[in-house]
Amino acid sequence: MSQTDAATAPSSGPAPDSAVSVRNVSKNYGPVEALKNLSLEFPRGELTSLLGPSGCGKTTLLKIIAGLLQPSAGEIVIDGNTVTAPGPDRAFVFQDFALLPWASVIRNVAFGLELRGVARSEREAIAEKYIANVGLSGFENSYPHQLSGGMRQRVGLARALSVDAQVLLLDEPFSAVDEQNRRKFQEDLLELVRNENKTFIFVTHSIEEAVYVSDQIAILLPRPSRVSEIIRPSGFRNKGIENIRRDPEYLDIVDEIWASLRSYAE
Amino acid sequence: MPNRPLFLKLLSAVIVFGAWEIAGRIPVSYAFPTFIESMQALFRLALEGTLFTAYAETLKPLVLGVAISAAFGITLGLWIGLSARFEWLFAPVFIVMQAAPLAALIPLLVMAYGIGLTSKVFVVCIMAMPVIVLNTAGAVRNTPVSLKEMGRSFLASDREIILKIIIPAASPVIFSGLRLGISAGFIGAILAELKITPTGVGDIISYSRSVADYPSMYAAIFSIILLAVVFLNLLERLENALFEGNNRGYVSD
Repeated sequence: MSQTDAATAPSSGPAPDSAVSVRNVSKNYGPVEALKNLSLEFPRGELTSLLGPSGCGKTTLLKIIAGLLQPSAGEIVIDGNTVTAPGPDRAFVFQDFALLPWASVIRNVAFGLELRGVARSEREAIAEKYIANVGLSGFENSYPHQLSGGMRQRVGLARALSVDAQVLLLDEPFSAVDEQNRRKFQEDLLELVRNENKTFIFVTHSIEEAVYVSDQIAILLPRPSRVSEIIRPSGFRNKGIENIRRDPEYLDIVDEIWASLRSYAE
Repeated sequence: MPNRPLFLKLLSAVIVFGAWEIAGRIPVSYAFPTFIESMQALFRLALEGTLFTAYAETLKPLVLGVAISAAFGITLGLWIGLSARFEWLFAPVFIVMQAAPLAALIPLLVMAYGIGLTSKVFVVCIMAMPVIVLNTAGAVRNTPVSLKEMGRSFLASDREIILKIIIPAASPVIFSGLRLGISAGFIGAILAELKITPTGVGDIISYSRSVADYPSMYAAIFSIILLAVVFLNLLERLENALFEGNNRGYVSD
């Protein structure tokens, strides 16, 4: 809370340096335009949320950034390089956790490193560190079915952290987690953004969640998907996490976003 | 509590064998021996050594056929599951094979391959392979999409996705296909010995029937069922040892 790196502070200037740039990206599924000419900058070391009603293409955009989907037009630039496939610079956290049910927690967390050919003892040492980081020490040899939903997503998060990618892509990571655990997760996520100096791209459909955790919020509107607004909540970020939810700016931003999204609710 | 399942297993064995004994004593048919008579015949066959020489003969097409079916079946199933074109090409063959009345086709096999081991191995394969292929293909096709995406996003090669994600994810259904296929293979092995040339256990069955030694006939049938059950249990052990977390189902379920 006290430690604020000037370069990553949300209020540090008009145009912070971008870790990820989405340039004129379109995505068509046959005749359906899922994304149309969408451009967006993701500042380095910050958490940017993609927020919007269902069907607005936020997960599609995230998967295009991940390289899991190919854009029909446009490009994704990461650190000056155009990317078209998954790379070591990005790690993904899945909505449904995507854990291997036959593998123990430690093997799941080390799986990204296993695929990169890291030797077993080395990758397990790294995995152990991140298992401890996400608060799962003692569960190294448990299987995913023995864990609660929240703990499973911590495994997914530890797996993404252990490959040490510069960009973390989180696809509605807390939507399958119960409310209390979700709040704990959100607090931990703020901690993580502050300490890890990575760029986070976070898809959510929860307005409160987006405002709570984000340095920058991109509101996407559907059919075809476009960025309608970019909001940078900055006032309450340094006042302590326990004060965020009753900060007037927090409440104003939540209301403002709801006002612009309410017409899209079914 | 390992004792309770064991107790239940013994109880169900007692009930089934008891019912057999009672049915034999009524008797429901002149050709239906009691359980005790059949067991006596089984021991006699075992002591004489007839049973073991018979199994040495029967196991040849059975083991060969099951091994071929498992190896080819899983490989083909993987291919079919991974490629839509391959599925279009091969899946109908196995669906037809599964539905075909095998006993009626045996004369064709005998004409083509003679009365030796080849025809018998074929019968075992025709019985065992379709369910192994179709189960494997279905399981591979139904690998959770997010697991495959996870593999890709963490930079797995296509080969690693198949070996480290698709095959383990498909393994419960592959193993259930193997279990069904192998039981069918046992039926095929005996069918081959009854329909092609009487050798091995099939010979004991048909010879005992022809001389009205029904206890020996049922002893032979009982022994093949016993062998199948033991084998299937071993297979289940193997599965649990290989993919421990899998037997509690999928995380996202």
